[in-house]
Order: sequence, then structure tokens, then C-alpha cells
Amino acid sequence: MTYTIASAATVVVAAGLDLVVLRTQLLTRRVFWVSYAIVLAFQLLVNGVLTGMRIVRYDPRQIIGWRIAYAPVEDIGFGFGIVVATLAIWVWLGLRMDADDAD
Amino acid sequence: MRHLTYLALLVACLLATLPLEFGLGARVYRRWRRAALTILPVAAVFVLWDLLAIHAGWWSYDRAYLVGLDVVDDLPVEELLFFLVVPVCALLTFEAVRRLRPGWVVLPGRKRPPR
Repeated sequence: MTYTIASAATVVVAAGLDLVVLRTQLLTRRVFWVSYAIVLAFQLLVNGVLTGMRIVRYDPRQIIGWRIAYAPVEDIGFGFGIVVATLAIWVWLGLRMDADDAD
Repeated sequence: MRHLTYLALLVACLLATLPLEFGLGARVYRRWRRAALTILPVAAVFVLWDLLAIHAGWWSYDRAYLVGLDVVDDLPVEELLFFLVVPVCALLTFEAVRRLRPGWVVLPGRKRPPR
């Protein structure tokens, strides 16, 4: 269950980074959700290969056991955290860095 | 060749997203300083988590599918690359969607991306 908890915590922390800390508010934007849907589709594909071929194996005691395309559902939270953190920081930096690109 | 499997998957992700940079004009690699400042802290946090998880036994790898080079301890080099490749692909996707839908707001009050 510990990966489950850590995965859920990642979702909360990433959402907090976007909505509270950096205030980029990407989670309120259609452009984010469309992008995330595309990335998620490829995550399920790539992660499906990694876990389906057992290149990566999980301790069953650390996960709740639900799987999507061979991968533990906890990986969804993990991926959400990576994507939201990356995009929020990118957009936030764009406010401070790019002189010739508004965002 | 099986040892190249995980690495090949990562390379495939980068190759598949190249058209977003050069065809659609996502300008992520072009803006490499901003990309580096974005990706490095994210990668650092997740690599650390990965190391802790590997040490705690949450997950493990079949070495037959890895090149056999560890960055530190039991962290395969493929895992380090994973945390660089995934953010790059996410950025390319996001910027490509923005190019295709310039009217979709990212930050309120900001100008649209220049043509």
C-alpha cells in the first residue's frame, strides 16, 4: 500500500505546485487536459510494454493490485505528478524567461 | 539485443516526438535553457524517489532488458533517462497542442504565441 499512498501524495503535491505554489493553474485549462490525455495514452502504451514484458516488476505488497494495461494504477499518479510538475514549472519559467514568446 | 529493449523504448519516444519540434514548431529543444531548468529539478526529485523505492523493494528490474550500466547503487541508467525523456515528451506534446490551438488560454491576460 505504500506505493499507493506515495502515488496519491504525488498527485496532491503536483496539484498544489500548480494551483497554489506557482499558481500556473494548468489544471483549470483545456490545453493541459488535452495534452495530458495524449501523454497518458502513450504512458499506458510504453508502461504497458515495460510491465507487460516484466522489465519492471512490482512488489505486490506495495500496490493495491488494480492494473491498467499491465501497469499498476499507482503509476498513473506517478506519471501525473511528473507531467504536472514539468508543465507547471515550464509555464512559470516562461513568465520569467522568454522575451519573444508570451508564454 | 534484448539488453537494449528499455533503452530502445526511450529512444523510440524521442524519435516519435521529433516531428512535434521540427514539424509543428514546438520549440522545446530550441528553448533548451528553459527546458533544462524545468526538467532537471523534476528529474532530481523523481530519481530520488526511484532510488528510495528500489531500495525499499517496491519495484525491481529484469536486468536482461537493461544495458547493465547503473548510475548509482541499483539505479539503471535507463531510469535516469526515463525521467529526462518523459518530461521532454510532455513538454513537446503541450507545446504542440498550443501551436495547434493558439486560442486556448494558458495563462489569462497573456498574449497568444507569436506566429
